[in-house]
Amino acid sequence: MPYPTFLKPRSLSEALDLLATTADCRPLAGGTDLMVLLHSRQIRPAALLDIWSLGELKGIREVDGAIEIGAAEPYTGIIESDLVQRHLPALAEVSRTIGAAQIQNRGTLGGNLGTASPAGDTLPVMLAADATIVTSRRSISASEYFVGYRKTALRSDELLVRVRFPRDGRAIRFRKIGTRQAQAISKVVMAVCLEPARVAIGSVAEVPLRAPSAEAALDRGDVDGAVDAVVDDIRPIDDVRSTAAYRRRVTQNVLRRLLQP
Amino acid sequence: MISFTVNDHAVSVDAPGARRLLDVLREELGMTGTKEGCGEGECGACSVLIDGEVVNSCLVSVGQVEGCRVLTVEGLERNGKLAPLQHTFLERGAAQCGICTPGMLLSAHALLQRNPTPTYEEAQTAIAGNLCRCTGYTKIIEAILACPTRPS
Repeated sequence: MPYPTFLKPRSLSEALDLLATTADCRPLAGGTDLMVLLHSRQIRPAALLDIWSLGELKGIREVDGAIEIGAAEPYTGIIESDLVQRHLPALAEVSRTIGAAQIQNRGTLGGNLGTASPAGDTLPVMLAADATIVTSRRSISASEYFVGYRKTALRSDELLVRVRFPRDGRAIRFRKIGTRQAQAISKVVMAVCLEPARVAIGSVAEVPLRAPSAEAALDRGDVDGAVDAVVDDIRPIDDVRSTAAYRRRVTQNVLRRLLQP
Repeated sequence: MISFTVNDHAVSVDAPGARRLLDVLREELGMTGTKEGCGEGECGACSVLIDGEVVNSCLVSVGQVEGCRVLTVEGLERNGKLAPLQHTFLERGAAQCGICTPGMLLSAHALLQRNPTPTYEEAQTAIAGNLCRCTGYTKIIEAILACPTRPS
Protein backbone atom coordinates (compact mmCIF):
# COMPACT_ATOMS: atom_id res chain seq x y z
CA MET A 1 0.00 0.00 0.00
CA PRO A 2 1.43 3.41 -0.91
CA TYR A 3 2.06 5.53 2.17
CA PRO A 4 1.79 9.29 2.31
CA THR A 5 5.06 11.18 2.57
CA PHE A 6 5.83 11.76 6.24
CA LEU A 7 6.92 15.30 7.09
CA LYS A 8 8.33 16.05 10.53
CA PRO A 9 8.77 19.79 11.07
CA ARG A 10 10.72 21.00 14.11
CA SER A 11 8.85 24.24 14.60
CA LEU A 12 5.47 25.80 13.89
CA SER A 13 6.95 28.09 11.25
CA GLU A 14 8.56 25.14 9.47
CA ALA A 15 5.22 23.31 9.68
CA LEU A 16 3.42 26.27 8.11
CA ASP A 17 5.99 26.48 5.31
CA LEU A 18 5.56 22.77 4.55
CA LEU A 19 1.78 23.05 4.70
CA ALA A 20 1.81 25.95 2.24
CA THR A 21 4.19 24.28 -0.22
CA THR A 22 3.05 20.63 -0.10
CA ALA A 23 0.06 19.56 -2.15
CA ASP A 24 -2.65 17.51 -0.42
CA CYS A 25 -0.98 17.63 2.99
CA ARG A 26 -2.86 16.63 6.18
CA PRO A 27 -1.74 17.69 9.65
CA LEU A 28 -1.39 14.71 12.02
CA ALA A 29 -1.35 15.14 15.80
CA GLY A 30 -2.39 12.28 18.11
CA GLY A 31 -3.83 10.26 15.23
CA THR A 32 -6.89 8.95 17.07
CA ASP A 33 -9.19 9.83 14.16
CA LEU A 34 -6.80 10.25 11.25
CA MET A 35 -4.94 6.95 11.61
CA VAL A 36 -8.24 5.04 11.39
CA LEU A 37 -9.20 6.89 8.21
CA LEU A 38 -5.74 6.37 6.70
CA HIS A 39 -5.59 2.67 7.45
CA SER A 40 -9.08 2.03 6.04
CA ARG A 41 -8.15 4.20 3.03
CA GLN A 42 -11.10 6.49 3.53
CA ILE A 43 -8.58 9.28 3.02
CA ARG A 44 -5.42 9.12 0.92
CA PRO A 45 -3.48 12.34 1.37
CA ALA A 46 -0.18 12.75 -0.48
CA ALA A 47 1.57 13.85 2.70
CA LEU A 48 1.22 13.83 6.49
CA LEU A 49 2.53 16.74 8.54
CA ASP A 50 3.45 15.49 12.02
CA ILE A 51 2.64 18.33 14.41
CA TRP A 52 2.28 16.17 17.55
CA SER A 53 5.55 17.23 19.14
CA LEU A 54 5.59 20.93 18.31
CA GLY A 55 6.14 22.88 21.52
CA GLU A 56 4.13 25.85 20.23
CA LEU A 57 1.01 23.64 20.19
CA LYS A 58 1.44 22.24 23.71
CA GLY A 59 0.79 23.52 27.19
CA ILE A 60 -1.92 25.18 29.26
CA ARG A 61 -1.43 28.79 30.35
CA GLU A 62 -3.26 31.64 31.97
CA VAL A 63 -2.98 34.65 29.63
CA ASP A 64 -4.81 38.00 30.07
CA GLY A 65 -7.82 36.67 31.89
CA ALA A 66 -8.11 33.59 29.70
CA ILE A 67 -6.99 29.99 29.85
CA GLU A 68 -5.18 29.01 26.67
CA ILE A 69 -4.77 25.36 25.76
CA GLY A 70 -2.39 24.23 23.02
CA ALA A 71 -4.10 22.56 20.07
CA ALA A 72 -1.88 19.47 20.43
CA GLU A 73 -2.07 19.23 24.23
CA PRO A 74 -3.53 15.79 24.99
CA TYR A 75 -6.65 15.30 27.10
CA THR A 76 -4.53 13.75 29.86
CA GLY A 77 -2.75 17.09 30.26
CA ILE A 78 -6.10 18.87 30.39
CA ILE A 79 -7.52 16.45 32.97
CA GLU A 80 -4.45 16.82 35.20
CA SER A 81 -4.14 20.61 34.86
CA ASP A 82 -4.72 22.62 38.05
CA LEU A 83 -5.72 25.64 35.94
CA VAL A 84 -8.38 23.66 34.09
CA GLN A 85 -9.67 22.01 37.25
CA ARG A 86 -9.96 25.39 38.94
CA HIS A 87 -11.38 27.52 36.12
CA LEU A 88 -12.84 25.10 33.55
CA PRO A 89 -13.98 22.05 35.51
CA ALA A 90 -16.46 21.15 32.74
CA LEU A 91 -13.57 20.79 30.28
CA ALA A 92 -11.75 18.42 32.64
CA GLU A 93 -15.00 16.50 33.11
CA VAL A 94 -15.67 16.15 29.38
CA SER A 95 -12.06 15.15 28.71
CA ARG A 96 -12.41 12.24 31.15
CA THR A 97 -15.34 10.89 29.09
CA ILE A 98 -13.39 10.69 25.83
CA GLY A 99 -12.25 7.13 25.16
CA ALA A 100 -9.99 5.87 27.94
CA ALA A 101 -6.32 6.32 28.85
CA GLN A 102 -5.01 5.32 25.41
CA ILE A 103 -7.16 7.93 23.65
CA GLN A 104 -6.79 10.57 26.38
CA ASN A 105 -3.00 10.32 26.03
CA ARG A 106 -3.18 11.16 22.31
CA GLY A 107 -6.47 12.94 21.62
CA THR A 108 -6.39 16.75 21.52
CA LEU A 109 -8.67 19.79 21.29
CA GLY A 110 -7.09 20.52 17.91
CA GLY A 111 -8.09 17.05 16.76
CA ASN A 112 -11.66 17.52 17.96
CA LEU A 113 -11.77 20.84 16.08
CA GLY A 114 -10.00 19.55 12.98
CA THR A 115 -12.24 16.51 12.62
CA ALA A 116 -15.23 18.67 13.57
CA SER A 117 -17.49 15.67 14.08
CA PRO A 118 -20.91 16.74 15.36
CA ALA A 119 -20.25 14.22 18.15
CA GLY A 120 -16.95 15.84 19.22
CA ASP A 121 -17.41 15.93 22.98
CA THR A 122 -15.37 19.03 23.80
CA LEU A 123 -17.08 21.15 21.16
CA PRO A 124 -20.29 21.99 23.12
CA VAL A 125 -18.09 23.03 26.05
CA MET A 126 -16.16 25.40 23.76
CA LEU A 127 -19.45 26.84 22.51
CA ALA A 128 -20.90 27.26 26.01
CA ALA A 129 -17.67 28.91 27.17
CA ASP A 130 -17.54 31.36 24.21
CA ALA A 131 -14.09 30.00 23.43
CA THR A 132 -11.94 31.46 20.69
CA ILE A 133 -10.05 29.28 18.27
CA VAL A 134 -6.62 30.72 17.60
CA THR A 135 -5.05 29.64 14.32
CA SER A 136 -1.74 30.48 12.71
CA ARG A 137 -3.48 33.44 11.00
CA ARG A 138 -6.37 34.70 13.12
CA SER A 139 -8.86 34.15 15.90
CA ILE A 140 -12.22 32.56 15.18
CA SER A 141 -15.13 32.52 17.60
CA ALA A 142 -16.23 28.95 18.34
CA SER A 143 -19.78 29.87 17.31
CA GLU A 144 -18.51 30.79 13.82
CA TYR A 145 -16.11 27.91 13.36
CA PHE A 146 -18.44 25.05 12.40
CA VAL A 147 -19.87 25.70 8.94
CA GLY A 148 -21.24 22.31 7.85
CA TYR A 149 -20.99 18.57 8.37
CA ARG A 150 -17.31 18.13 9.27
CA LYS A 151 -16.67 21.46 7.56
CA THR A 152 -14.95 24.32 9.36
CA ALA A 153 -13.88 27.88 8.78
CA LEU A 154 -10.26 26.66 8.72
CA ARG A 155 -8.36 27.13 5.46
CA SER A 156 -6.08 24.49 4.01
CA ASP A 157 -2.90 26.47 4.72
CA GLU A 158 -3.90 27.30 8.29
CA LEU A 159 -3.04 25.38 11.48
CA LEU A 160 -4.94 25.30 14.76
CA VAL A 161 -2.60 26.67 17.42
CA ARG A 162 -4.58 26.98 20.65
CA VAL A 163 -8.03 27.41 22.15
CA ARG A 164 -8.68 30.40 24.39
CA PHE A 165 -11.32 30.07 27.10
CA PRO A 166 -12.37 33.32 28.79
CA ARG A 167 -11.76 33.06 32.54
CA ASP A 168 -15.00 34.68 33.59
CA GLY A 169 -16.10 32.30 36.31
CA ARG A 170 -19.13 31.04 34.43
CA ALA A 171 -20.44 27.71 35.67
CA ILE A 172 -20.81 25.22 32.81
CA ARG A 173 -22.68 22.00 33.40
CA PHE A 174 -21.99 19.06 31.15
CA ARG A 175 -23.64 15.76 30.34
CA LYS A 176 -22.85 13.11 27.76
CA ILE A 177 -25.24 10.31 26.83
CA GLY A 178 -23.68 7.26 25.19
CA THR A 179 -24.20 3.53 25.16
CA ARG A 180 -21.74 2.96 28.01
CA GLN A 181 -19.89 4.97 30.63
CA ALA A 182 -16.48 4.57 28.99
CA GLN A 183 -15.37 4.20 25.38
CA ALA A 184 -18.64 5.48 23.92
CA ILE A 185 -19.41 7.94 21.15
CA SER A 186 -22.10 10.41 22.16
CA LYS A 187 -25.77 10.10 21.22
CA VAL A 188 -26.35 13.49 22.76
CA VAL A 189 -23.72 15.69 24.42
CA MET A 190 -24.63 18.99 26.07
CA ALA A 191 -23.00 21.90 27.87
CA VAL A 192 -25.20 24.46 29.58
CA CYS A 193 -24.59 27.74 31.35
CA LEU A 194 -27.21 29.88 33.11
CA GLU A 195 -25.36 33.18 33.32
CA PRO A 196 -24.90 34.05 30.49
CA ALA A 197 -27.51 31.74 28.99
CA ARG A 198 -25.79 29.14 26.83
CA VAL A 199 -27.17 25.83 25.60
CA ALA A 200 -24.69 24.00 23.35
CA ILE A 201 -25.39 20.52 22.00
CA GLY A 202 -23.58 17.90 19.95
CA SER A 203 -24.75 14.83 17.98
CA VAL A 204 -28.14 16.43 17.26
CA ALA A 205 -27.40 18.15 13.94
CA GLU A 206 -24.77 18.26 11.19
CA VAL A 207 -22.69 20.55 13.42
CA PRO A 208 -22.29 21.05 17.15
CA LEU A 209 -24.60 24.00 17.77
CA ARG A 210 -25.96 26.55 20.19
CA ALA A 211 -29.72 26.44 20.74
CA PRO A 212 -30.94 30.03 20.22
CA SER A 213 -34.60 29.50 21.19
CA ALA A 214 -33.68 27.66 24.36
CA GLU A 215 -31.13 30.36 25.23
CA ALA A 216 -33.74 33.09 24.65
CA ALA A 217 -36.13 31.34 27.03
CA LEU A 218 -33.37 30.99 29.64
CA ASP A 219 -32.64 34.70 29.31
CA ARG A 220 -36.25 35.26 30.44
CA GLY A 221 -35.71 32.81 33.28
CA ASP A 222 -38.17 30.40 31.65
CA VAL A 223 -36.78 26.90 32.24
CA ASP A 224 -39.91 25.10 31.00
CA GLY A 225 -39.89 27.29 27.91
CA ALA A 226 -36.25 26.41 27.23
CA VAL A 227 -36.99 22.70 27.51
CA ASP A 228 -39.98 23.09 25.14
CA ALA A 229 -38.07 25.24 22.66
CA VAL A 230 -34.86 23.24 22.42
CA VAL A 231 -36.38 20.71 20.00
CA ASP A 232 -36.87 23.52 17.49
CA ASP A 233 -33.15 24.27 17.62
CA ILE A 234 -31.90 20.78 16.77
CA ARG A 235 -31.95 18.66 13.59
CA PRO A 236 -31.28 15.10 14.75
CA ILE A 237 -31.19 12.13 12.38
CA ASP A 238 -31.49 8.35 12.64
CA ASP A 239 -28.04 6.76 12.41
CA VAL A 240 -26.02 3.82 13.71
CA ARG A 241 -25.83 5.22 17.22
CA SER A 242 -29.38 6.36 17.85
CA THR A 243 -32.63 7.66 16.41
CA ALA A 244 -33.86 11.19 15.84
CA ALA A 245 -36.84 10.61 18.15
CA TYR A 246 -34.62 9.36 20.99
CA ARG A 247 -32.24 12.28 20.57
CA ARG A 248 -35.10 14.80 20.74
CA ARG A 249 -36.45 13.23 23.90
CA VAL A 250 -33.04 12.90 25.54
CA THR A 251 -32.06 16.45 24.59
CA GLN A 252 -35.09 17.76 26.46
CA ASN A 253 -34.55 15.47 29.44
CA VAL A 254 -30.86 16.28 29.75
CA LEU A 255 -31.50 19.99 29.42
CA ARG A 256 -34.13 19.86 32.16
CA ARG A 257 -31.75 17.89 34.38
CA LEU A 258 -28.87 20.30 33.79
CA LEU A 259 -31.07 23.30 34.54
CA GLN A 260 -32.14 21.97 37.92
CA PRO A 261 -30.52 23.97 40.70
CA MET B 1 15.70 5.25 8.91
CA ILE B 2 13.61 5.80 12.02
CA SER B 3 15.37 5.22 15.34
CA PHE B 4 13.81 4.61 18.74
CA THR B 5 14.11 2.09 21.57
CA VAL B 6 11.94 -0.95 22.12
CA ASN B 7 12.22 -2.45 25.60
CA ASP B 8 15.46 -0.55 26.15
CA HIS B 9 17.08 -1.88 22.96
CA ALA B 10 17.93 0.66 20.26
CA VAL B 11 16.31 -0.13 16.93
CA SER B 12 16.41 1.53 13.52
CA VAL B 13 13.81 0.62 10.95
CA ASP B 14 13.62 1.43 7.27
CA ALA B 15 9.87 1.98 7.09
CA PRO B 16 7.57 4.69 5.78
CA GLY B 17 6.95 7.19 8.58
CA ALA B 18 3.21 6.84 8.07
CA ARG B 19 3.22 3.10 8.75
CA ARG B 20 1.50 2.02 11.97
CA LEU B 21 3.78 1.34 14.93
CA LEU B 22 1.75 -1.87 15.46
CA ASP B 23 2.73 -3.20 12.03
CA VAL B 24 6.38 -2.25 12.44
CA LEU B 25 6.55 -4.04 15.81
CA ARG B 26 4.93 -7.20 14.49
CA GLU B 27 6.17 -7.39 10.92
CA GLU B 28 9.53 -5.59 10.85
CA LEU B 29 10.76 -6.37 14.36
CA GLY B 30 9.02 -9.76 14.71
CA MET B 31 7.58 -8.83 18.10
CA THR B 32 4.17 -10.44 17.93
CA GLY B 33 3.32 -10.03 21.61
CA THR B 34 1.44 -6.85 20.68
CA LYS B 35 -1.92 -7.93 19.21
CA GLU B 36 -4.21 -6.34 16.69
CA GLY B 37 -7.87 -6.33 17.67
CA CYS B 38 -10.09 -3.73 16.07
CA GLY B 39 -7.47 -1.55 14.41
CA GLU B 40 -9.58 1.51 15.27
CA GLY B 41 -8.54 2.44 18.79
CA GLU B 42 -11.57 0.88 20.46
CA CYS B 43 -10.25 -2.36 21.99
CA GLY B 44 -6.79 -1.69 23.42
CA ALA B 45 -5.32 -5.06 22.32
CA CYS B 46 -2.42 -3.26 20.64
CA SER B 47 -1.59 -1.11 23.69
CA VAL B 48 2.07 -0.25 24.21
CA LEU B 49 3.74 2.43 26.31
CA ILE B 50 5.45 5.37 24.59
CA ASP B 51 7.67 7.28 27.02
CA GLY B 52 5.70 5.66 29.85
CA GLU B 53 2.21 6.50 28.55
CA VAL B 54 -0.21 3.89 27.29
CA VAL B 55 -1.34 4.33 23.68
CA ASN B 56 -2.95 2.24 20.97
CA SER B 57 -0.11 1.30 18.62
CA CYS B 58 -2.60 1.02 15.73
CA LEU B 59 -3.14 4.78 15.99
CA VAL B 60 0.50 5.84 16.11
CA SER B 61 2.56 6.18 12.97
CA VAL B 62 6.11 4.95 13.37
CA GLY B 63 7.54 8.30 12.27
CA GLN B 64 6.04 9.76 15.43
CA VAL B 65 8.10 7.55 17.77
CA GLU B 66 11.49 8.72 16.44
CA GLY B 67 13.64 9.13 19.56
CA CYS B 68 10.96 7.68 21.88
CA ARG B 69 11.02 4.79 24.36
CA VAL B 70 8.54 2.07 23.43
CA LEU B 71 7.63 -0.67 25.92
CA THR B 72 5.82 -3.80 24.72
CA VAL B 73 4.70 -6.89 26.62
CA GLU B 74 8.00 -8.57 25.72
CA GLY B 75 9.75 -5.92 27.82
CA LEU B 76 7.94 -6.66 31.08
CA GLU B 77 9.96 -9.74 32.04
CA ARG B 78 13.30 -9.30 33.76
CA ASN B 79 16.22 -11.69 33.12
CA GLY B 80 13.94 -14.31 31.62
CA LYS B 81 11.54 -14.21 34.57
CA LEU B 82 7.98 -12.98 34.46
CA ALA B 83 7.29 -9.68 36.18
CA PRO B 84 5.27 -9.83 39.44
CA LEU B 85 2.26 -8.40 37.59
CA GLN B 86 2.41 -11.22 35.05
CA HIS B 87 2.58 -13.74 37.92
CA THR B 88 -0.51 -12.38 39.58
CA PHE B 89 -2.35 -12.47 36.23
CA LEU B 90 -1.49 -16.18 36.00
CA GLU B 91 -2.32 -16.99 39.61
CA ARG B 92 -5.62 -15.11 39.65
CA GLY B 93 -6.96 -16.40 36.34
CA ALA B 94 -6.80 -12.97 34.75
CA ALA B 95 -5.88 -14.40 31.35
CA GLN B 96 -8.16 -16.70 29.40
CA CYS B 97 -7.96 -16.60 25.61
CA GLY B 98 -5.04 -14.19 25.91
CA ILE B 99 -5.72 -11.72 23.12
CA CYS B 100 -6.35 -8.80 25.47
CA THR B 101 -3.66 -9.82 27.97
CA PRO B 102 -0.63 -7.95 26.55
CA GLY B 103 -2.61 -4.73 26.38
CA MET B 104 -4.14 -5.28 29.81
CA LEU B 105 -0.67 -5.86 31.29
CA LEU B 106 0.64 -2.64 29.79
CA SER B 107 -2.31 -0.53 30.95
CA ALA B 108 -1.94 -2.06 34.41
CA HIS B 109 1.83 -1.52 34.33
CA ALA B 110 1.36 2.17 33.43
CA LEU B 111 -1.08 2.52 36.36
CA LEU B 112 1.21 0.81 38.88
CA GLN B 113 4.22 2.87 37.82
CA ARG B 114 2.25 6.00 38.62
CA ASN B 115 0.25 4.68 41.54
CA PRO B 116 1.59 1.50 43.23
CA THR B 117 -1.46 1.15 45.50
CA PRO B 118 -4.50 1.86 43.33
CA THR B 119 -8.08 1.52 44.49
CA TYR B 120 -10.51 -0.85 42.78
CA GLU B 121 -12.00 2.12 40.94
CA GLU B 122 -8.62 3.39 39.79
CA ALA B 123 -7.78 -0.05 38.42
CA GLN B 124 -11.14 -0.11 36.62
CA THR B 125 -10.49 3.27 35.04
CA ALA B 126 -6.95 2.28 34.04
CA ILE B 127 -8.19 -0.69 31.98
CA ALA B 128 -11.34 1.00 30.62
CA GLY B 129 -9.68 1.19 27.21
CA ASN B 130 -8.94 -2.55 27.10
CA LEU B 131 -11.77 -4.84 26.10
CA CYS B 132 -11.87 -8.44 27.37
CA ARG B 133 -14.60 -10.82 26.19
CA CYS B 134 -13.62 -13.73 28.48
CA THR B 135 -13.02 -12.78 32.08
CA GLY B 136 -15.69 -10.21 32.90
CA TYR B 137 -12.79 -8.05 34.17
CA THR B 138 -13.16 -8.96 37.85
CA LYS B 139 -10.17 -11.31 37.93
CA ILE B 140 -8.07 -8.83 35.98
CA ILE B 141 -8.78 -6.07 38.48
CA GLU B 142 -8.13 -8.46 41.38
CA ALA B 143 -4.79 -9.40 39.81
CA ILE B 144 -3.79 -5.75 39.46
CA LEU B 145 -4.70 -5.05 43.10
CA ALA B 146 -2.84 -8.17 44.24
CA CYS B 147 0.40 -7.26 42.49
CA PRO B 148 2.88 -7.46 45.38
CA THR B 149 5.56 -5.09 44.25
CA ARG B 150 5.81 -1.96 42.32
CA PRO B 151 7.01 -2.76 38.80
CA SER B 152 10.56 -1.64 38.21
